[in-house]
Amino acid sequence: MCRSILTLFWFLFIFQSVANVSVAANAEQVIHIAYLTREQIPSAAMSNLDPFVPNKGFDGAQLAILDTNTTGKFTHQNYVLHPFTLAIDGSLVDIVAQQIAGKFDLLIVLLPSQDITTLADLPAAKAMLIFDAASRDDALRNEACRANVLHLLPSRAMRADALGQYLMKKRWHKWFLVVGSAPEDQLAAEALKRAAKRFNMKIVAEKNWEHTPDARRTAQADVAVFSQVDEDYDVLVVADEQGLFGEYLDYRTWIPRPIVGTQGLTATAWHPTHEQWGASQIQNRFQALAGRWMSEQDYGAYLAVRAIGEAATRTHSNQLQPIRDYLFSDKLALQGYKGNPLSFRAWDGQLRQPILLAAPRSLVAVAPIEGFLHPKTELDTLGTDQPESHCHWNH
Amino acid sequence: MNKCLVSLLLLANVMSASAETVFVTLEKDNAVAVVDPLEGTLLKTIPIGQRPRGIALSPDNKLLYVATSDDNTIKVFDSDTLNERAKLPSGKDPETFALNPVGDKLYVSNEDDSMVTVIDTAKNKVIKQIKVGVEPEGIAVSPDNHWLISASETTNMVHWIDIKTHEIVENTLVDTRPRAASFTADSQQLWVSSEMAGTVTVFDTPSRQLVQTIHFEIPGISSDKIQPVGIAIDQSRRFAYIALGPANRVAVVNAQTFQVEKMLLVGARVWNLTFSPDQKRLYTTNGLSNDISIIDLDSQTVTKSIGVGNYPWGVVAKP
Repeated sequence: MCRSILTLFWFLFIFQSVANVSVAANAEQVIHIAYLTREQIPSAAMSNLDPFVPNKGFDGAQLAILDTNTTGKFTHQNYVLHPFTLAIDGSLVDIVAQQIAGKFDLLIVLLPSQDITTLADLPAAKAMLIFDAASRDDALRNEACRANVLHLLPSRAMRADALGQYLMKKRWHKWFLVVGSAPEDQLAAEALKRAAKRFNMKIVAEKNWEHTPDARRTAQADVAVFSQVDEDYDVLVVADEQGLFGEYLDYRTWIPRPIVGTQGLTATAWHPTHEQWGASQIQNRFQALAGRWMSEQDYGAYLAVRAIGEAATRTHSNQLQPIRDYLFSDKLALQGYKGNPLSFRAWDGQLRQPILLAAPRSLVAVAPIEGFLHPKTELDTLGTDQPESHCHWNH
Repeated sequence: MNKCLVSLLLLANVMSASAETVFVTLEKDNAVAVVDPLEGTLLKTIPIGQRPRGIALSPDNKLLYVATSDDNTIKVFDSDTLNERAKLPSGKDPETFALNPVGDKLYVSNEDDSMVTVIDTAKNKVIKQIKVGVEPEGIAVSPDNHWLISASETTNMVHWIDIKTHEIVENTLVDTRPRAASFTADSQQLWVSSEMAGTVTVFDTPSRQLVQTIHFEIPGISSDKIQPVGIAIDQSRRFAYIALGPANRVAVVNAQTFQVEKMLLVGARVWNLTFSPDQKRLYTTNGLSNDISIIDLDSQTVTKSIGVGNYPWGVVAKP
């Protein structure tokens, strides 16, 4: 109820701002954006502090539509979001064929990695630009990259590099790597190992966390035993993307060491504690709209709409080609509330951006960490740089 | 004895003639630093209210206005005694504001509400609220009191508001994240800094058309660290000075040819600028090095930096 009133307020506000403008009314240009997501099963959370939010991402896209339409009212452009939701076992191919193909060429997706590849390879997708607002998969930005996909959130490699830079600055060189049993945890571990090598860190021990029904070996009970390793280490680096055991590590390890990785100090595109560079303004706007904190997925979807808006405003076009060309050009300077202009890497479609290193209730640092230099932009010290990219596409 | 008295009086005269006070808002100290720029010393630091940012003097220099953002007000002080005179109904979270040339109206950007609030300073009353784009920040009144300019950071526009009717006449798209707007003394040009695009755009006021986009380059500093914010243009429009944020430099721009002539290294994240009343010096707030820099404009060199407190934000100079 409250949310719908707030939404109404925003619409009224936008309507009024138009009424105030005494510019001669040109024909309005409409920019249609499709938004596609798949229903999710709530994961087995360890804590009920973070309620399950079924529409993570959508509120971010909606806020960006409101923000962008304020500009649009002045430039006679109107942005319309068309949401589509796939059932958990629904057919991606069918929904695209029946509802999206031929109707939309700008498509924001919050989908599992496999879906993104399937979607991008559909013949209908050749005439689309797909904005991946949720994945962190490195393969999607390398071997499995597609020329019609842009990635808004940082890859696992970018996150691991951000962490690596910070740990290097702290001179916490010796890592104890703990990896969960999900396939995503393996991918996170690979990215962390890549970063360790890059920054000359030493992984002195590595263990897999096994989930077992043995009551004596629960996460809560077993950490002190589990964390006894032969070599001393500076930090425990954990790869547990589902959050199934990582939260139990802190304060329970055999020796007192900080936890970093997917729990403890985390590398993220967005965080509730972030308020610099105008971020508190967007945090406030999002709270007013959604009644909750802005998540990473919301930030990804927000940036996707804002990128489309920026391109459509600057090119005065709602056509795919000029929008795509603008987004891939070096003219794009997207404001992402993180102190640097954001743009897409031309070699893999990844949005280059600063990464926040955050503890649950405090922002610890922002990467790139000072001192990590790059001939073009320091933002490219994070993740796969052009010479190392395995993405080879033909535009 | 008489002679001594006369010379003392003379000395006092000379001192008051050349005396100058610089006020600096300290965002994280909830205070204003009072600086003697000629001696180069911090005189005192005065508690002023929560999160002070925008600061301005009345045209007669008698009143000092300070936006205390977290108090949701703009406070008015006697600029000699620094006693509080009034609190203006600025709306939520005031950051930047501008006075008209007479000083009877004050215009505030309300970032969270996407509005500009017009306040009658004598009656201490809101006259009008004008809807603008998302996150209005930079605000300026033309010296001829014809235009009110509001720049909105997220909408990437400057709104040209007729100061008599309070209506938006035109909206001009500028580069990403416009921060500051500043008119030349003759009101013929409007300069706008775009923080994320790293540019300054110059508009011809009568036609409201773009005259020039100024780009900045600094060897050894990546272009995304060059983030223009504060603008100061001298009276005769010979030079414009642009604060380049985390590039830690002030650019000296030839305001006739728009060529960048010099880069002056100041403190970390240089933010806002103001001239001394005689325009012989320029003062800069350096947000991350907690100091202000003094630039001698005849030689165009940085002559001194003075530690003032945490997060210096805005600066004004009183004769």
